[in-house]
Amino acid sequence: MGVLPSPLAGSLLVAGVWLVVAVAGLIPAGNAAIARRFAFPLGALAGVALAALGLQTVWLPPQTMTLPLGLPDLPFHLRVDPLAGFFLMLLGSVSAGISVYAAGYFREERSGRLTLISLQYHVFLASMAFVLLADDAYLFMVAWETMALSSYFLVITDHHLPAIRRAGFLYLLIAHLGAIAILLCFGVLHGGRGDYTFDALRAAQLQPEWASVAFLLAFFGFGAKAGMIPLHAWLPEAHPAAPSPVSALMSGIMIKTAIYGMVRVIFDLIGGMSGNVRWEWGMVVLVVGAGTTLFGVLYALVQHDLKRLLAYHSVENIGIILLGLGMAMVFIGFGHPAAGVLGLIAALYHTLNHAVFKGLLFLGAGSILHSTGMRNLNDMGGLIRGMPKTAFYFLIGALAISALPPLNGFVSEWLTFQAALQATVLQNGVVRSLLPLFAATLALAGALTAMCFVKVYGIAFLGRPREPAHRSPLPHAGDAGPMERYGMAWLAAGCFVLGLFPTSFLLMLNRVGVSLTGHGLSDDALIGSGWLWLVPTAMGQASYSPVIFFVVIVAVTLLAFLLVRRFYHGRVRFSDPWDCGYPEQTPRMQDTADAFGQPIRHVFGPIYRMDRRLPGPEDTEPRYSLKVDDRHWYWLYLPVARAAEFVSSKIALLQQGRISIYLLYSFITLIALLVFVR
Amino acid sequence: MSSAPGIAFQILQSVFVVLAAPLLVGWVNQCRAWLQNRSAPSLLLPYYTLAKLFNKDAVFAHDASPIFRWTPYVLFGCMWLAAGIVPVLATGLPFAPAADIIALVGVFALARMFSALAAMDIGTSFGGLGARREMLIGFLAEPAMLMTLFTAAFISGSTQLTTIVDTLAHREFALYPSLAFAAVAFLMVLLAENARIPIDNPTTHLELTMVHEALILEYSARHLALIEWAVAIKLFAYMTIGIALFAPWGIADAGDWSALPYAFAALAGKLALAGAGLALIETLLAKLRLFLAPEFLSTAFLLAVLGMLTHFLVKG
Repeated sequence: MGVLPSPLAGSLLVAGVWLVVAVAGLIPAGNAAIARRFAFPLGALAGVALAALGLQTVWLPPQTMTLPLGLPDLPFHLRVDPLAGFFLMLLGSVSAGISVYAAGYFREERSGRLTLISLQYHVFLASMAFVLLADDAYLFMVAWETMALSSYFLVITDHHLPAIRRAGFLYLLIAHLGAIAILLCFGVLHGGRGDYTFDALRAAQLQPEWASVAFLLAFFGFGAKAGMIPLHAWLPEAHPAAPSPVSALMSGIMIKTAIYGMVRVIFDLIGGMSGNVRWEWGMVVLVVGAGTTLFGVLYALVQHDLKRLLAYHSVENIGIILLGLGMAMVFIGFGHPAAGVLGLIAALYHTLNHAVFKGLLFLGAGSILHSTGMRNLNDMGGLIRGMPKTAFYFLIGALAISALPPLNGFVSEWLTFQAALQATVLQNGVVRSLLPLFAATLALAGALTAMCFVKVYGIAFLGRPREPAHRSPLPHAGDAGPMERYGMAWLAAGCFVLGLFPTSFLLMLNRVGVSLTGHGLSDDALIGSGWLWLVPTAMGQASYSPVIFFVVIVAVTLLAFLLVRRFYHGRVRFSDPWDCGYPEQTPRMQDTADAFGQPIRHVFGPIYRMDRRLPGPEDTEPRYSLKVDDRHWYWLYLPVARAAEFVSSKIALLQQGRISIYLLYSFITLIALLVFVR
Repeated sequence: MSSAPGIAFQILQSVFVVLAAPLLVGWVNQCRAWLQNRSAPSLLLPYYTLAKLFNKDAVFAHDASPIFRWTPYVLFGCMWLAAGIVPVLATGLPFAPAADIIALVGVFALARMFSALAAMDIGTSFGGLGARREMLIGFLAEPAMLMTLFTAAFISGSTQLTTIVDTLAHREFALYPSLAFAAVAFLMVLLAENARIPIDNPTTHLELTMVHEALILEYSARHLALIEWAVAIKLFAYMTIGIALFAPWGIADAGDWSALPYAFAALAGKLALAGAGLALIETLLAKLRLFLAPEFLSTAFLLAVLGMLTHFLVKG
């Protein structure tokens, strides 16, 4: 490596820098300028370095290291391999943009609060790096819990509001349910041999039924963190509660560490080269993934709180990633690793793409919140005039998440479709005809997403402010500050790079696939893929060239423009909008976010729980109100909560508060132990 | 992959589609007038309309943003691009591998998104109404279209439209039940996506029913002309996709100049029939209520999925 540190040592160094930045921000107590001017930009630089190291790691053989930390006889093991390298790159590159943005976003924060935010923020980043570097279950769980706790404290930054404390509690609760499942999963894999390194877990020979138990535990545990249904309930509560850069980190990166964990445990620790992955598991993942996808987007469509809406879209995109992973497992389970690797690549590429565009969208939402103080779409309108730059970046994010070519969201959905179209190789007739149905789900979700972002963009940025000028902050809304804009520009550029040059990432992910399953894409695919062409299977079967596509669409659009300019006289007049003969129109008559979702509520009525109050004919002050709730609360969460409350109220009977009673309990326990255990 | 005759064919086809598209609209209008016992307008009326619009002064609302100004060009560019992807006259065009059927659906989605955004830009109530309805129709039509195309992709083992057409054009004549389902679904999608009866009425400005016209209510002069032209190209592209999938016989190979006259004649004949058929459908059917449109389109979606399943079942 020469003067460069080895990637593993370098990554460790970056994590160390984040920890140092976290603590250093505290030393000149109460000095916000330090945190703003140095801590966040330094954190961003470290992120860029981490991205470079991760990129390098993908192309190198795995490296290991043992840290002399931890408990006696239980040191921390570290390892990087292509999979970890890919996620380190994701963490570094996306967090760099968010950190730059944060430096601008927190400019008006009080200094005491800001130093605390900086501490938690950088500990959060470092813990995510350690999750990716960990090579034993012990360090993994320590880092995983640190991540959960530091993000919990970030979520409840505004802890004086009861709603935010509630959101934080819900998040902590589900995070710990997940953590328990993950812990149990490691326990099953471990099988009582006393060695918790991933190497030992990998070598364990599991009975098929125990392997299935381990799979289900891992799927449940990591799924809780990722936000798959029905464990998604914390996402739409916690994401809006947190400050916007933190929402971007959580939605962009943290829920991706759950995807990392899922891939690590299922494909590496349980399955791996030995081919233990079963296709039935894949079907479970596919069904849950399809449900998550549709559910997420349908609920996003009826939201009017911008950040809540984006959180539901994170649920949807996790579903899309799960669809890719499920297809990979089905193909590998049936013995078609080349098609399986394609599914895996699609899932991982969508993981990266979602991190980039969802980070961008949350930052854009943050800028709107910052300059107008609004999160409710129904109050917005016409922001493109006051904040044209934010509007431009947000448009890129909106087009990317709607899976429109030539941006990045399209590429990963395209790859997922291609994976689904490989279904013809499967032997099992039922599975073979089911797989395209999941592709249909994906197509439906993609089109619904486009509808949802027409709503978001059209209501928030286009049109006119819905309230009169003296009652609305919108006409005075200024654009985002320079640091905020640089952060958004970085991620917007990412949308273009990932969309236009997917082939280099395809080859990179192919290496991840090879390192996990021992197989890669077919030779035809690798020969066909130059920098220009994206070829997942073979040229002639499927190919896509985003660069040519982009150049041609820009060229023909410009050509049309120039031709019109050339032959047209070019006269333009300005006037009021056409009122269709009814001059009394006001901006209040524009569509609102709720109105835009009305057809969806009509078509998909049964899946929502709606409470609608219509005004009666005699009302002197007619009011219309509508409340749309998540059905999961009523059939799952509330019954479980009631059951838990009931059980704990019964257990509380044991607590009499008198010391003699407690001594009696100890005495009985002692006797019982003496009798039974001996 | 690309050769001089191939590129010549590509340019020829793209220019041909752009120039011929208004003619197809004129033909459909003429047929419809005949069927409805009206005296028919000139076949060239769409060209006169475009020329008239290009000569007028453009009017913008005071609040118009760059999105509103650029959308007509983006729409026109998207449709022009689509015209380059679909094998209209010849297969094996050099641009074809750059975008497959999924990308083609993506191009239409991009155009739809921009037109909906532009409609909401001015902030009139009709614009928002049009955008909402357009996206309602789109979110069901788009997956149905994709599933139709996937059926053909499974038959030919490729998502390249040019490979699909090659396979289907040069096969032994055989009836594919899956293609029959797909053809019905495709027809329904074509009607919906091109704002035709029974989903939308291209000749109405009645506020309760209009979808497409509500979207473009604020446009005038050159911008309106570009949009109308793009709409004509879209209809042309959809019809040629249908022809390519379900009746591809007679299409030329790129660079084969001798087959070109025959390909032209075949295309003209098939388009004339398809246009007359469209006029017939529009004369026989009435417009559906807006909330029957999702039912219409989910039928199309289910038919397309059924077609795909049939393919697997029949193949065994």
